[in-house]
Amino acid sequence: MDNNKILEVKNLRTHFYTDDGIVKAVDGVSFDLKKGETLGIVGETGSGKSVTALSILNLIPQPTGKIIEGEILFEGVDMTKLKRRELQKYRGNKISMIFQDPMTSLNPVYTIGNQLMESIVIHRRMSKKNAKEEAVKLLQLVGIPEPKKRLTSYPHEFSGGMRQRVMIAMALANDPSILIADEPTTALDVTIQAQILELMDELKNKTNSSIIIITHDLGVVAKYASRVMVMYGGRPVEFSNINNIFYEPLHPYTIGLMNSITRLDEKKKEKLKPIEGTPPSLIDLPKGCVFASRCNYKIDKCTSKYPPLKEIKGNHYVACYRAKEFMEGSLSRKG
Amino acid sequence: MDNNNLLEVKNLKKYFYLRSGFFFQKSAGSVKAVDDISFKIKEGETFGLVGESGCGKSTTARAILRLIEPTDGQVIYEGEDILSFPRKKMFDIRKKIQIIFQDPYASLSPRMTIGDIISEPMEIHNIGDKKYREKRVKKLLEIVGLNPEHINRYPHEFSGGQRQRIGVARALVLNPKLILCDEPVSALDVSVQAQILNLMTDLQKEFNLTYLFIAHDLSVVKHVSNNIAVMYLGKIVEVASSEALYENPLHPYTMGLLSAVPIPDPELEKKRKRIILTGDVPSPIDPPSGCRFHPRCPIAKEICSKQEPELKNYSEDGKKHLSACFFAGKSIVK
Repeated sequence: MDNNKILEVKNLRTHFYTDDGIVKAVDGVSFDLKKGETLGIVGETGSGKSVTALSILNLIPQPTGKIIEGEILFEGVDMTKLKRRELQKYRGNKISMIFQDPMTSLNPVYTIGNQLMESIVIHRRMSKKNAKEEAVKLLQLVGIPEPKKRLTSYPHEFSGGMRQRVMIAMALANDPSILIADEPTTALDVTIQAQILELMDELKNKTNSSIIIITHDLGVVAKYASRVMVMYGGRPVEFSNINNIFYEPLHPYTIGLMNSITRLDEKKKEKLKPIEGTPPSLIDLPKGCVFASRCNYKIDKCTSKYPPLKEIKGNHYVACYRAKEFMEGSLSRKG
Repeated sequence: MDNNNLLEVKNLKKYFYLRSGFFFQKSAGSVKAVDDISFKIKEGETFGLVGESGCGKSTTARAILRLIEPTDGQVIYEGEDILSFPRKKMFDIRKKIQIIFQDPYASLSPRMTIGDIISEPMEIHNIGDKKYREKRVKKLLEIVGLNPEHINRYPHEFSGGQRQRIGVARALVLNPKLILCDEPVSALDVSVQAQILNLMTDLQKEFNLTYLFIAHDLSVVKHVSNNIAVMYLGKIVEVASSEALYENPLHPYTMGLLSAVPIPDPELEKKRKRIILTGDVPSPIDPPSGCRFHPRCPIAKEICSKQEPELKNYSEDGKKHLSACFFAGKSIVK
């Protein structure tokens, strides 16, 4: 095994059993995370990107949700096989998570200091006094002014950006090797978003940890990630380094996504090129390719059998029967 | 004065007064959500209003329609100040000015069929009989790209993008001239966003609509707008044509805002020098003295905290490019 890989997810399938039927939120996701890299996971609402992240730490709401298949290997240990107690050693310790909404992910009835110290005390068996010192250091690290005073503040006394800083401080409390950030800046304003992302990037480089950043903002991915997994309908459709994804996308969905975005550095276009239609329901997924119903390049094969994720060229994985044609140039991306 | 202004907002103010105490309420200051802003919208254009949360952009839209009563100022629509209109006349003017809301989930009643939702404005304004209304609703569903046969369905049966189409149909049903679009695409996925933006552009051409387009996503606003105003803490800090604003921003806040948006191009992002504004947006209850942006401004001088800069024209080519900064045009890169 490649020693550089810190996390490996193999054929992960997470389903939710609801009254309406089985929601196949994640249905066959495989990827790896390298030491020190930032991996971006992009996709639309319901593409399974958040559930993939939650599955890693087994934070799937139970009993509705269940990981029904797959392996999640972290330092050689399969996280899916761990018991609750054993898993707790990893959660918030070696792998930690930042959630989307800083307003709801902090507990309103405990002080910032209390919440910060909690995970330090649990995982490092520190005395309260030492944990307090540690908490002050952490707040300072994430750029909260007057950290000592702020320990006794409650979340409502903080602005959105500051709350997200606290979340980052909590996530970093035990020097995790992996930080999973699920839409960390979606709820924030652009100027604050820039501050938070810079901070995360800086801290990652300082501690040589790895980041998985989940987002729908392709700009954020272009700026911070080194590799990207594009998800659609619970499956990865394309996976490669950022340059391949942005300059030579080979999956029609990625191509459509790149065509449909408005860019700040481009002259005003007469018209955008949207992807027509809407994403399918995850309850009754079509038999073939999930994207087929919206795809301009569809052929007969697409509706009968799902195209597997294949390495089309060096480290460029695509789940499309026609990817080769895009690569060779016999199919135009403009279609 | 040029007469092709469809809407002119003059010195518009909206203060929300705060009270403290439970029994003996006393005034505890006010939130100056919109504080003395002026702008003009020409017929047929799209006027963008950008700013971060809490800057007063949505309040502006609501105050124009008098969904909340403005504290002071004038809103001149086709030459008449609609803020002085009595109830009845205001009621009529609302046929001409419609609004599309941000959240396609919260802005459609879950208990009404989409047919009822779209025809309700006609019922309220007493237009046509039942048969006419149904015909009109079906026509509109077709225009916005939905299946007219779905007239009896409920909002929950539609996706976010489809719901926003319903919102657009509802806004169009009375043949308005001006549509206030309050973050119409920010709740939607990118691929669907493009669908709605295209639809709005098509409709604008077809029905000669004028849009006030409010959004926080600068690249979206740039794509749709002819002219753009940038708001910060209840004030307009810069007004310019879409191209001028992006190519040659004059206000340090606009520069910071543009710089903060990551561009979906990895090579370009590597080369780009970004300026990251520090600090948070201050509270509008107690805004900073002088220029409201000065505590976060990288080029602020002493004067900025003492005096409030006026919105002045800095353009040399006859077009308008307004900025409210003592050092307009000065680069914020150190």
